[in-house]
Order: sequence, then C-alpha cells, then structure tokens
Amino acid sequence: MLSIKDLAVSFRTRRGEVDAVRGVSFELAKGETLGVVGESGSGKSVTSYALMRILDAGGWIKAGEATYSGVDLRRASEREMRDIRGREISMIFQNPRAALNPIRKVGAQIEDVLRRHGKATSANARAKAIEALEAVRINDAAARAEAYPFELSGGMCQRIVVAIALACDPRLLIMDEPTTGLDITTQKAVMDLTRELIRERGMSAILITHDLGLASEYCDRLAVMKDGKIVETGPAASVFGAPQDVYTRRLVDATPRRGVSIRSLLPAEARTAPPPRPALGGPLLEVLRLEKAYPGKSGPVRAVKGVTFTIREGQSVGLVGESGCGKSTTSSMLVRLLDVTSGSILFRGEDIAAIPAKDFIRHPLRRDIQMVFQDATDSLNPRHAARDSIADPLRRLAGLSGARLKAKVEEAAELVGLPIHLLDRFPHQLSGGQKARVGIARAVALDPKFLILDEPTAALDVSIQAVVLNLLADLRAKLGMTYLFVSHDLNVVRLLCDHVIVMKGGEIIEQGPAEEVMDRPAHPYTKSLLDAAPQPPAPAPRLRAAV
Amino acid sequence: MSALAEAPRARGAWAHVVYVLRDNPVTLLSFSMFAVILFAAIFGPALAPYDPLATDAASALQPPSASHWFGTDNLGRDVFSRALVATRLDLLISVAAVLLSFVIGSVLGAAAGYWGGWVDAGLSRVLDTIMAFPLFVLAMGIVAALGNTVENIVYATAIINVPFYARLVRAEVNIRREAGFALAARLGGNGHVRTLAFHIFPNALPPMMVQVSLNLGWAILNAAGLSFIGLGVRPPTAEWGIMVAEGANFIVSGEWWLAIFPGLCLMITVFTFNLMGDGLRDIVDPRRRT
Repeated sequence: MLSIKDLAVSFRTRRGEVDAVRGVSFELAKGETLGVVGESGSGKSVTSYALMRILDAGGWIKAGEATYSGVDLRRASEREMRDIRGREISMIFQNPRAALNPIRKVGAQIEDVLRRHGKATSANARAKAIEALEAVRINDAAARAEAYPFELSGGMCQRIVVAIALACDPRLLIMDEPTTGLDITTQKAVMDLTRELIRERGMSAILITHDLGLASEYCDRLAVMKDGKIVETGPAASVFGAPQDVYTRRLVDATPRRGVSIRSLLPAEARTAPPPRPALGGPLLEVLRLEKAYPGKSGPVRAVKGVTFTIREGQSVGLVGESGCGKSTTSSMLVRLLDVTSGSILFRGEDIAAIPAKDFIRHPLRRDIQMVFQDATDSLNPRHAARDSIADPLRRLAGLSGARLKAKVEEAAELVGLPIHLLDRFPHQLSGGQKARVGIARAVALDPKFLILDEPTAALDVSIQAVVLNLLADLRAKLGMTYLFVSHDLNVVRLLCDHVIVMKGGEIIEQGPAEEVMDRPAHPYTKSLLDAAPQPPAPAPRLRAAV
Repeated sequence: MSALAEAPRARGAWAHVVYVLRDNPVTLLSFSMFAVILFAAIFGPALAPYDPLATDAASALQPPSASHWFGTDNLGRDVFSRALVATRLDLLISVAAVLLSFVIGSVLGAAAGYWGGWVDAGLSRVLDTIMAFPLFVLAMGIVAALGNTVENIVYATAIINVPFYARLVRAEVNIRREAGFALAARLGGNGHVRTLAFHIFPNALPPMMVQVSLNLGWAILNAAGLSFIGLGVRPPTAEWGIMVAEGANFIVSGEWWLAIFPGLCLMITVFTFNLMGDGLRDIVDPRRRT
C-alpha cells in the first residue's frame, strides 16, 4: 500500500546542508500498523513529514521513491497532495491543544475538514461531525461539539484530533508521538481507542514514538531509526524480545520496565556495581497535615488536602500521581517556594512551614533544601552560560568568589560528568542531557541534605534518561543526600526509590515501601496506574546472553 | 564553536559583534552609517567650514556651490555647517530621551509584570491614560507648560515613550515570572528584586533593542517636530527641525536647499536607527551565538 525506497531528506541551514534522513526504505501493507521508533534527531518525524510533503522551509526530498497506492508522493503536484492529505493519509500531531484552533468550536473544526474534502454538504455537516465524535466514544457528542478546545481535557482534545483525522475515512493514519504530555491512564485510553478504530476500519497506521514499550504494545512491526537510517525492522515481539542490532539492544535495555535494576538500563559495557543503598537515619522531614488552598470563584480550591508523611535521612521517596493530583504543589511547598495554607513541615524538628517563602531565601536552611526542575531547558537562564548558572547559588548562599568559586563549580561539573570545556556554553549550545547535568550540578553544588527531583528525566531520551538516573543514584550514595522524586512514571520511580507515595486529587491514597506498593498495590487507583504503563514483552534472557 | 567557547568571555562578546555584522550586510550598513553620524556629532563643530551662527547678508540665499555645499539661507548662514553642527544636539536629545524612557519604562514594566495584582493594575491604567492622548499633542502640552528648553523637550519625549517600553517589558517579564530559571534563581538565594533584575529582565533585552532603535528615530522626529512648530529649541540654534521649518517658506520661491538638506539629514538618521534594530537585537541575544 505504501512503499518507500531509499528516501533521503535534507535541510539547508546556516551551516550548510544537513541530511536528516539518509536512505530509508520500508513497506506498509494494508491493515498493518508500523511503529517507527527512535530518539530525538533520528529523523523519524521528518520521514513522515516528507511523505505528506509538509517539510519545513529549507527541507526537500533529495533522493528515493515514495509510492502510495500507485501515486508517486515525491512528484505529485501540490493539488494532488492536498487531496491525499486528510482523505487518503491523515496525521495526528504531538500536542493536541496546539493542533486544534483555540477560537473555534470543535464541532466546527470537524465540519471544516469534512466539507474541504467534499465528504459533507453544509446541510449534513453538523450531523456528520457529531457522528465522528461518537465514533471516538465521546459521550454526549452533540453538546461536546459546541465546546471550545480549552474547555476540554488533554485526553478529550486528543480524541477530537483523532476524530478529525478519521473524519474523512483515510486509509492510512500517521501518528506522531500522539500521547506525549498525556497522563499514563489517558495515554492508554487514547491508544486503545485508536487501535480499535484502526482495526474496525481496516486502516493502516504508522506510529512514530520514542517509547519502545508503547510501540511494541500497539504495533505489528517495528522499524528502529538512528541518525536518519533504519537500523532494524521486524515483528514487534522479536525486535523487543531479541534485538539484533547493537543500538536497538541499547534502547531496549534503557527502557525502564518491571524486574530490572537501575544499572541494567545502561549499555552492557558501562554497567558497574550498583551503588550501595545508604543506611536510613532518623526522620529528616516530617510533613503534617499540609494543606494548600487557592481562592476560587466558588470558595477556596484545595489543591493539597492535608497530606502527612515522613522522609527519613538517606531515603529516596517517590511521589507519584497524574497531572493535577497536587504533587507539584506539594513539592513547591516543601522546597519553600510556595507558602502553605496550614500544616507544618518539620525539617530535623524545625518547622520551616512557619517561615514565609519570601524570608526563607536568607534562611541558613536554604542551602540544605534544593530542587532539580522538570524541564532542563526552561530551568536554565538562556542568557547565562552553564558556569554562571552553577555559580549563582554558590555565590549567593555559600559566599564563594574568585578562585574558590571557580574550583567549586568545576568540582560540581565533574561530579555530574559534565566536561569542563562545556561550562562556557549557553544553554542553547548544549544537548538535552548536558542541560540536565547542569541543572543537577547547580543543585548538588551546595551539598544539600534534601533534594527534590521534579521529573528530571521527563524531557530526555530513554538512553540519556538511563544515564541520568544512574548518575542520581550514584550521587545519592556518594553525597548521602535524601531524595524526593516526583514523577508520573511508576517504572522510573521503581528504579530509584525505596518508598512510594501515591497522590490523587490532593490526597495521599497509598504509601509504603516501593516493592510492596508496586507489586501488591492496595488501592485500585494505584493498580490502574500500574496497569496503564505499557508492558513490553520482557526480553528473553537466553537470547541476550547469546549475543 | 569550541574555539569560541574556550575564548575568554570578553573576546567572545566582541567576536559575536563581528559575527553579527558580517552575517548581515544591512546591519553592517546601518552600523557604518551610525558611525558616520556619531562622528559628525562629536567632531561636527570642529569640522564645520563656517560658523553656523554667523550671518552674512551679502551671500544670502545662494544655491549649493563649491564654497557652500548645501547653499546658504536667508541670513547668509552656511546650511552645510548648520546641518553638521545640528547633529550633536539632535542626537543628544533623542538619546537622552530614549535612555530616560528605557530606564523608567523598564522599572515600571518589570514591577508590573513581576508582581501583578494592584501594582500591575495601577501602573497599567496610568500608562493607558498617557497613551490615550495624541502623543505629539501631549508632548506639545508638556513643553508649553514646563517652558521652552532642551531639557523639557527631552522630558516630554521621554514621557510619551514610557508606555511603549513599560508594556513590552511587562509582557516579557510576565511570561517568565514562573519560568524554571526564575524559580531556580530564588532557590539559589536571590530575593524577588534580584531575581527580577538579574535573571528575568535581561531576557527582555532583545525585543527592547528593536524598540530602542525605532524609538531613537521617533524621538528625533518628535524633537524636530516640536522645534518646527516653534516649541523647543529656539532660533538661531542650529537644529534640523527649525531649519526645515524656516526653510519651508522658501521652497515656493525656488530656494529648495534650505529645507531639503536638513530634512535629508533627519531622514537618513531616522532610517539608520530603524535599520539598526535587528542588528542590536542579534548582538544582545545570546541565542544568536552558535
């Protein structure tokens, strides 16, 4: 149905021509779902954009053939392409909110697509749009059609994007990271629904993702891409279960999943003995009936509804929950960026919740409680070189300057494995993993006792995530820090934490030792979180040992 | 790239300026033109072939010639010398006015954008009120009320430009108020004022530079406009606005050079400032370094 042969795509940039895709070939049969897996910069998205001929300015197909049911996609006129897009091949983009027009009702947006491709007249467009919404299992479709995108949740928006993509009964659906940014239970709901619709209509699909686990669960066949080339293709189970290529095996290893240790995420040659788990001391942080309420239209909105927990010295605690559960609000209060409404936070017996966030900046404990932020790009000042970013807290809180400051900054960089010569670069000149290291170096340079890690690997590729998680485990052993690891990904929490707290709707619904919560969850919500994580087939140990 | 990264910071900044100038010929042209204007402003009075104020009734209203490049005016003063000498005054007025509005606008806008709430509401309404007036009329009113001096032209020009800076800074600060790096700065022991001044505000500089260069042009036009209608700089001081105003009467009778040459100087200067905007932005934006 779709056949690509030696496709090559290049971009003209300031530094000359850059080859994004270099000779990709694959075939897609009718009714088949192909997963294109790769890390950022592997050319997986560019390949699909080239098929749809929607490459950014400066990009062009340099060589190769792409044929879709007899149509030459490379040479088809723009007019022919317009007919193909949407009617024959549809695409779902990464961010559902960005893909929908914020100032138009969602029903009207579906009608537009239908009318554009002559699948409806103005008389029956409305009815067909509602039908399309019903097809993606949206309850009360007639009322939802009148909603604006901002009135709907992220998962609902993605369903509407799916409805738009499927409205004209395309025969091929391309999904580009369709669930990035969605909660794990929403991801499962959207993916299950999409799979069902694809099967019902006998469509073919291409799923582009960085998540090998997700791809192997929802695809028949996988193609693993690296540096613009396909390094391995084959049935999903065998690619994941018995990877032939070195790179694929590294990706498989780096994917966090049940029953592996933190060191086994790394490539075999980099595995060292696991860091010793520090002995647990007395309670470092006692949180008592902590509450945060914001004023709302109809009375105060309680974001955190009286949570109580204890973190012991040397412990690594995971705080898990989906977006809006209050985990970020809780961590902002603990790190004293946000004032509490009521309750207390005892840090070695001293109630730090009583100190206003404004004054805590000059408090001697400021050094001891630090945080690594979620998005490494966002958390580094674009105008400061890496050196300045790391030096600023040292200068302000440790009173260092001159040669001693320089030495301390370089020591911190070395600790997190950041080459010294990168210290003079600005954030935009660093890769994602390097930026994450700068963020971690900034926090650990002060030798804090307590470090809050707010999804520090959420924006990273899996292989870099594996390295950063190991770095964090090593630092904890080396510096004797206590961690609070905030995350939505249970598989990652399992690797790094001894103790897990699960939050939902501002309350703690379950907490206990990591193994216990993960293997024998007591609360049905914890169970649903665990079930929603894509469960890739476990790699067969016999085959891995043989290679 | 690695050579740049390893070079000392000061050299890195200079290399970046050179890179920006090389990369874009328009920027290079505008900066060279600015250098010429700056040269004229500094050395103009020393280089002028005639005294700009000396009248000579015998050689009044002469067309451009080898001895008087831009001709002479109705009092026999050399137009070239006057236009050259006027550069310093016009540049001084516009730079001082823009500097003043940049500083005031940045402080007000940053405070409004960072703290929000009643600070924002109060400041924004005051700025809206200023913008509700026709700006030139407001400037006329201020100069008329305060008195006809060069300082008052500067103040009037600064006041009418403050809202543009304040609004721009407010928007730029507002979107970065909750950014990760601002929170990280506070964790690193920076109070609100330090976080705002040293971490958030510098990120607003690139769009501010575009505003500054456009504003320099406006400020010159504004000062010239005020002089043109008789407010501001008084004759016989050499100033482009007055020269155009005085020369305008003679265009009908065929003595075009009186108004055209100072008008051209004005136009070229405004044009230069407008062209410089993108270049200045690229210089202060570290993301343009690769």
